[in-house]
Amino acid sequence: MADSPASVPILEVRDLHKAYGKVKAVEGISFSVREGSCFGILGPNGAGKTTAIEVIETIHEPDSGTILYRGEPVAHSFKENIGIQFQDTSLQEFLTVRETLELFSKLYPDPRPIDEIIASCSLEEFIDRDNRKLSGGQRQRMLLGIALANDPDLLFLDEPTTGLDPHARRNFWRLVDGIKAQGKTVILTTHYMDEAEYLCDDIIVMDHGRIIESGRPRELLLKHFGEAVIRVPKTAVPAGAAFSCPAEAEDGFVAFTCADTDASLRELLAGGVDLSGISVERRNLDDLFLKLTGSGLD
Amino acid sequence: MKKFWAVFVARNLEFFRDRSTLIFNLAFPVILILGFAYAFPGAGGTTFKIGTIGGPPAAGSAADVAFLHYKYLQFVSYDASEIPLDRLAHHQLDMVIDFTRNEYYVNEASANGYVLERMLAPGGGTVFSKKTVSGAPIRYVDWVVPGIIGINIMFGSLSGVGFVIVRYRRNGVLKRFKATPLSAFEFVSAQVLSRFFIVAFLSVAIFAGTDLVLHFRMAGSWALLVLVNALAVLCMIALGLVFSSRIRSEEVAGGIMNLITWPMMILSGVFFSLEGTPRAMQIASRAFPITYYIEASRAVMLDGAGFARIAGDIGVLAAMTLVFLAAAAALFKWE
Repeated sequence: MADSPASVPILEVRDLHKAYGKVKAVEGISFSVREGSCFGILGPNGAGKTTAIEVIETIHEPDSGTILYRGEPVAHSFKENIGIQFQDTSLQEFLTVRETLELFSKLYPDPRPIDEIIASCSLEEFIDRDNRKLSGGQRQRMLLGIALANDPDLLFLDEPTTGLDPHARRNFWRLVDGIKAQGKTVILTTHYMDEAEYLCDDIIVMDHGRIIESGRPRELLLKHFGEAVIRVPKTAVPAGAAFSCPAEAEDGFVAFTCADTDASLRELLAGGVDLSGISVERRNLDDLFLKLTGSGLD
Repeated sequence: MKKFWAVFVARNLEFFRDRSTLIFNLAFPVILILGFAYAFPGAGGTTFKIGTIGGPPAAGSAADVAFLHYKYLQFVSYDASEIPLDRLAHHQLDMVIDFTRNEYYVNEASANGYVLERMLAPGGGTVFSKKTVSGAPIRYVDWVVPGIIGINIMFGSLSGVGFVIVRYRRNGVLKRFKATPLSAFEFVSAQVLSRFFIVAFLSVAIFAGTDLVLHFRMAGSWALLVLVNALAVLCMIALGLVFSSRIRSEEVAGGIMNLITWPMMILSGVFFSLEGTPRAMQIASRAFPITYYIEASRAVMLDGAGFARIAGDIGVLAAMTLVFLAAAAALFKWE
């Protein structure tokens, strides 16, 4: 039975390999992306994220593997269906933001009206400014606008907020939220875990060219860390007390990893634990990466 | 067509808004032309070159004058059938001596010719009788201006296409375009036509601007001169495309450009005639497109040559253009 349109992933990658000389940048990654979702590719610098998406974008040829767009192998017209914001890019100089947008719009057969792009990327205040005279946040918004020039179904954002201040990052996230709300699919690479947690519906974690974990962020955290970590001073735990959730000693504290925070708190209280010095915290994706790779994200 | 036009317009805006590059491109050749006009108001050149027919005369004969043994004079021999009076008129030679008839020719507008004549016939007496080249005298600036326009075409085309594409490749502009439906052919042809328009505009502006002051000799057809210039621009742009087809580094591009431009400037007879230079140098000069451009444009401007006379130069320029374009198409890579 044929798949219904809703069940066919907008993008499917099977056993993708890419090497540069002896360096294996991508080693057999496979994943699929649901239409309308935001899909995060996480990993440290050098993990192979950018190579992977640039091969998928058809910027580079894969050594082997299959890339399917809506169930079909990618064709030349694929470029008309996708938008790309590269990690580093330069533009033709001495053009205003509007002229730059117009240039890229004219490269596509069915471009999105410029005014819509200006509105959806909040470009009004600097639309007639020289494209070299923008702040980091403004430049990223303009590059997002260029990526939307063809009104793509699938948008690739490669570390779009690297180097931006927290305010500019938040603003950018809101723009991506708006794009998601339009039903577009976003593939995002980032090494900011808060960004991935905020924006992504599904993630893969890459390291050394391989996928080392995949799933929904919340489910992955639950799988690896439970719901929360309850930390109490070591002196607050009665000697010889035993509890159902795993406990770990950490610098004068005992950390309980629990699946159900409410039930665990009741159990600790019933077991005579003094909760006056308690802290309850959720693990994040950074913790997950540390656990998976034994090294921090940078 | 829409995509092509969009890239074409953007490239032109980029060039014309970069004022420092625009001013340099306009000012440098104008200053060079005016400088030569000031430095060589009549004739130019630093070496005395004398064309000879027949001879040399027997030692001790009346024709074996002391002049023929002076140091620092260069004698270039020619067949009796082709007395090089056109070269004398064009300042490629400073004097011609016909030993078979005991005659010498000078260009009355040539400062070197004047000095040589005084050396050959001190006090006015010599066994050689004097002849002068006929027709309007040709100033050095008339002779050198096609060369300077040629240099401008060379640099404008090589740097404007070659350097720019290498820079685009290095800084990711090409990668950004590659991510769109724009084809390599559309991108490259837009670059070629944009640079053609820019260099042609600059060449016309430079020539017209300096002509207002210097009133260059123009003996031939303007249409033919435009054709020769257009072909030269296309040829040099195509050469720029070849060397920029794969390079990523501007430094490497700069080195290659020096490698191409310096020999062309020195060996193409831009500033000084190659008359009498070693044969190897003259053969090497035939490898450079600018040689054919300068020959053809000088022939049109100074001698009023028609199409038939410069058809060989035009043919070589056209053939070189096609070869360069084919090589660039085969070699070009976005990244």
